[in-house]
Amino acid sequence: MIETNDLSKQFNDYWAVDGVTLNVKEGQILALLGQNGAGKTTTIRMITALLSPTRGWARVAGYDVATQGQDLRMSVGVLTEQHGLYMRMTAYEYLDFFGQAYSLSPQVRKQRSDYLLEYFGLQHAAKRRVGEYSKGMKQKLALARALIHEPPVLLLDEPTSAMDPESAQLVRNEIERLRSSKRTIVLCTHNLNEAESLADAVAIIYKGKVLEQGMLTELKDKVLGNPEFEVKFAKPWNGDALKPIDGVDITSRSETSLKVRVKRPQETNPILLSSLTLQGASIMALQESTRTLEQAYLKVMSDAQGGAINAQQI
Amino acid sequence: MLNRSSKIWLIAKRELRDQLRDWRMLTPMLILALGFPFFMNEVSYRTINFINQFGGPPIIVDRLVPASIFIIGFFPVTVALVIALEAFVGEKERGTIEPLLSSPLNSKDLYLGKLLAGASTPILASYLSITVYLILVSRQQLQMPPIGIIAQLFALTTAHGILMISAAIIVSIQSTSIKSANLMASFIVVPVAILMQSEAGMLFWEGDDARTLWFIVIGIFVLSTLLIRLGMAHFHREYLLGREIDELNIRQLSKSFWQAFKGKAISVRNWYSITVRESLQRLRTPLLVTTVLAIAAFAVGYQWTITNVPSMLERASSQNVTNFTELLKKSPDLQTLGRDISVTYLFRHNVRTMVIILILGIVSFSVLGMFIYLINAALIGGVLGVFQIIGLSPLNLFLYGILPHGIFELPALLLASATVLRLGIMLVTPQLGKSMGDIFIELLADWAKVFIGLVVPLLAVAAMVEVYVTPTLLLSILK
Repeated sequence: MIETNDLSKQFNDYWAVDGVTLNVKEGQILALLGQNGAGKTTTIRMITALLSPTRGWARVAGYDVATQGQDLRMSVGVLTEQHGLYMRMTAYEYLDFFGQAYSLSPQVRKQRSDYLLEYFGLQHAAKRRVGEYSKGMKQKLALARALIHEPPVLLLDEPTSAMDPESAQLVRNEIERLRSSKRTIVLCTHNLNEAESLADAVAIIYKGKVLEQGMLTELKDKVLGNPEFEVKFAKPWNGDALKPIDGVDITSRSETSLKVRVKRPQETNPILLSSLTLQGASIMALQESTRTLEQAYLKVMSDAQGGAINAQQI
Repeated sequence: MLNRSSKIWLIAKRELRDQLRDWRMLTPMLILALGFPFFMNEVSYRTINFINQFGGPPIIVDRLVPASIFIIGFFPVTVALVIALEAFVGEKERGTIEPLLSSPLNSKDLYLGKLLAGASTPILASYLSITVYLILVSRQQLQMPPIGIIAQLFALTTAHGILMISAAIIVSIQSTSIKSANLMASFIVVPVAILMQSEAGMLFWEGDDARTLWFIVIGIFVLSTLLIRLGMAHFHREYLLGREIDELNIRQLSKSFWQAFKGKAISVRNWYSITVRESLQRLRTPLLVTTVLAIAAFAVGYQWTITNVPSMLERASSQNVTNFTELLKKSPDLQTLGRDISVTYLFRHNVRTMVIILILGIVSFSVLGMFIYLINAALIGGVLGVFQIIGLSPLNLFLYGILPHGIFELPALLLASATVLRLGIMLVTPQLGKSMGDIFIELLADWAKVFIGLVVPLLAVAAMVEVYVTPTLLLSILK
């Protein structure tokens, strides 16, 4: 649904985006992560055909960004970094205006506006001017604008920023619902927990280049290594007695626990457990250590910056 | 078409609604549109009483009301200019431009919608203001201007409004902040104010039959159309989003100009054979157009002279004839032309004319530059026509008096004018991936290449021939 190849953008002598290759399938959510100024917004603007690529190409919903900008924009809903609302309009007028821009019929405009305003809890304020809205309400209205024409592709730049926890959850639920309705979503966010809970795939962008990308679990494996498991003992046990097992790397040990990395847990973990039991260990629990997207992100960024980020953070 | 106009109206409607809901915009507009006519009416009334009391010239009394209408129509446009000035840059600064640009509305609809909204408020305010004033005038028993003059004043007000708003929209696209756009407003208001002063002069002296003002109205509409086309040609979504800070980088500009001027050349010879040649190739069509236009202007000048001058001479008084003879006596003697007029003088004069054609061409998208060029061509036709009237052979004059230096001077004039024509056309032609500044630098470099490489040498040779060869040849046929 979204495909880019070597997508690059140069401003004067500066490459804001340099060789970004992405492939987001229908119904998939890609989280585009990176620092401020990494090139996320420029990438989004190229995908929306607002900026023309200096090099490379991109196709969105079957349309080429360089030659079919207008058709492409019909198929894309964009939530921009700034909400970009007209303060002297009412919410209803605002949605109606964009509905007309997307050539929706009056009936559809009314139906969609009513639905979205109600869904985001803005129905009571629909006839108030947007200038009187709180930050969260404005963000919700901006999201409603992006959804007014039910686009197959959504590009969301910081969709939950400035929102209270309840509203943010509402928006996340809406994004989940959109995924289930086979919409393709690119999510730019600094909220890594949000990205982890919503995204199927992740791309980490730094100084215009994609440093790492892939499906969420694959990316974590790739960056953080094999999954780590912790074995907890019911009674103190001398871990030194453990015989080496193929595919098992011990990362730390104590009398009460043992941490190991295993490549293929489904095959190796039963062997590890039986070996420990045979050697007299009294096993209380075996659990996988939590590995977050945040850890992976910080590791990638740390590597890119030559270890500038404190390893303790990772 | 219907869909397109509905999209334009969609943009305009939103803008107009925004304007009407902004009391900071609405209040001064209403005060100006409804209050200023009362002030002007009082001023007119008192001025006329004063003039009548002291026996002033009746022309002032007759023209005071039209002149007041002229001023009343101008003020709302000037004040409302701010609406057009922030049409795009205001949205950019408020962050509302990106959702709008991300919508499928096409660039022309966006541009024309903004233009419509920007122009309609000030023009309607001007109409309202003039109407209020005319009602007040009718109640004061002041002399109401003829309907033709009123129509002319409405047309001029509309023309000024559209001209200023179309220029303001361009400023709005090119600026990166409202502050810089507002600063640029003086470049719109001052020239229009100067234009209005000359129009006021015509209104005053030409009386109820001020036909020239209709030509000015047409001229302003042509210029406005070119400005709108220029704006649309350089309206790119990317340009509105790609630049955050205005930087006037003289070094970068000079570098771009030099690169375009030098091209791929590594020597002067190389420069002529590659760079100048490329520029000449780009000039093929403009050269053809300027040549055809010159021939047409020449023919018109010649025909007009032989048709109208004899009857004008018949009507001329003896005083007119004496004045003309005196004037002829003061003209340089062909035998001593080389001493009276130097090569340097002629050369400088011709170079200056070419530069004036360029400057006028830049400010008017080649229209005024071409006008000067065509006047020159028509004048040559006129001179030949005069020769025909006084019984001398125009062909001989052309062969002996114009052609010797004209072989060099006319191609120089053609080349310089063709580059200016191309400059105007290219400025109002859409070119993807290039900003207006980039295009302007390239076009200026093209002009400089042709001017320095060909026009200047040709003019230098032409000046020498005109001083040392042409007079002798001309004398041989005049004997």
